[in-house]
Amino acid sequence: MNETLMIVGMALVTFPVRYIMFALAGRIRFPLWLNQSLTFVPPAVLTAIIAPLILMPNGQLDMSFDNPYFWAALVAGVVGFWRQHLLTTIVVGMVSFVIFKWMMN
Amino acid sequence: MSLSKSTEFINGAKATIPLIIGAIPFGIIFGTLAEPSGLSIWGAMAMSLFVFAGSSQFIAVGLLAAGVGPALIVATTFVVNLRHLLYATALVDKVSHLSQAWRAVLAFGLTDESFAAVNSRYLGRSDTTHAHWFFLGSIMAMYSNWQLCTWLGIGLGELFPDMTQWGLDFAMSVTFLGMVIPYLRNKPMWLAVISAAAFALVLRDLPHQLGLVIAALSGICIGYASQQIDIRIRVAKATAAATEERKR
Repeated sequence: MNETLMIVGMALVTFPVRYIMFALAGRIRFPLWLNQSLTFVPPAVLTAIIAPLILMPNGQLDMSFDNPYFWAALVAGVVGFWRQHLLTTIVVGMVSFVIFKWMMN
Repeated sequence: MSLSKSTEFINGAKATIPLIIGAIPFGIIFGTLAEPSGLSIWGAMAMSLFVFAGSSQFIAVGLLAAGVGPALIVATTFVVNLRHLLYATALVDKVSHLSQAWRAVLAFGLTDESFAAVNSRYLGRSDTTHAHWFFLGSIMAMYSNWQLCTWLGIGLGELFPDMTQWGLDFAMSVTFLGMVIPYLRNKPMWLAVISAAAFALVLRDLPHQLGLVIAALSGICIGYASQQIDIRIRVAKATAAATEERKR
């Protein structure tokens, strides 16, 4: 039940955001400050989600060799900047995560 | 001469294929993550059918696994999807002559991938008589593939229930990391991301993942402020240079 509500809720906040501009057919324009701040939304949200998952997997800041999340993210980040290709970043990150996890066990 | 509806439709589907290839692993990973994170098979399928937003679906399963409640998951979905406002704003002039039903369908399918394909179609060919069929073709290709991959992922998750042990829980983190990297091209973006991360770490223990919301908002504000300061400095420098020029 909770799940149904959640999915309905997600659909209800996704579609209108995509539709409102089309529905009004250009009769509203956003102020410049809103357009400019919107560009910061995806990176800020995504980073806020992953930072604790990567750096605090056990509840406290952990950048030691026992934290495969941190080291795999570091490798993926370097490769990501170098290659600028999403799928490569993901595959390299996941492979190095498995390797680091295996090494640390 | 304008292209026919069916040609546009097929071109739209074709133009989306490279982007679809990139979306396949996400769809499969989403499907496999669904069950271990506590989402039912029908829930996972319904999400792909009715929400149809890859990154928010990923976030939803990630947050579900972390024990976050539905209200905050919906709120996070909203914030993450705000970027679609930018896409719609960019395309609105191309669709404003269509019926409201057409516009609703095209809006429903306005994903990152279809936006990329459709936007280059509008930039590329000046004849746009049937270009909305291109848009529709792109959406249909993307949508059917997304359903298929979700379903495949669910099946794989059933077959190999310990797949999460293989590091799939890291899949979401590294996917998001990869999605953030292209944004990091200037100082304001870096500041936004670094401050969002710092706030998220410090505020991690706030109830109901409030820390996440505060951290994201702080990142947005700091990035925006830094961008405004940069613009002012650039304007001031340009004015100074212009005055200097005039003196000579």
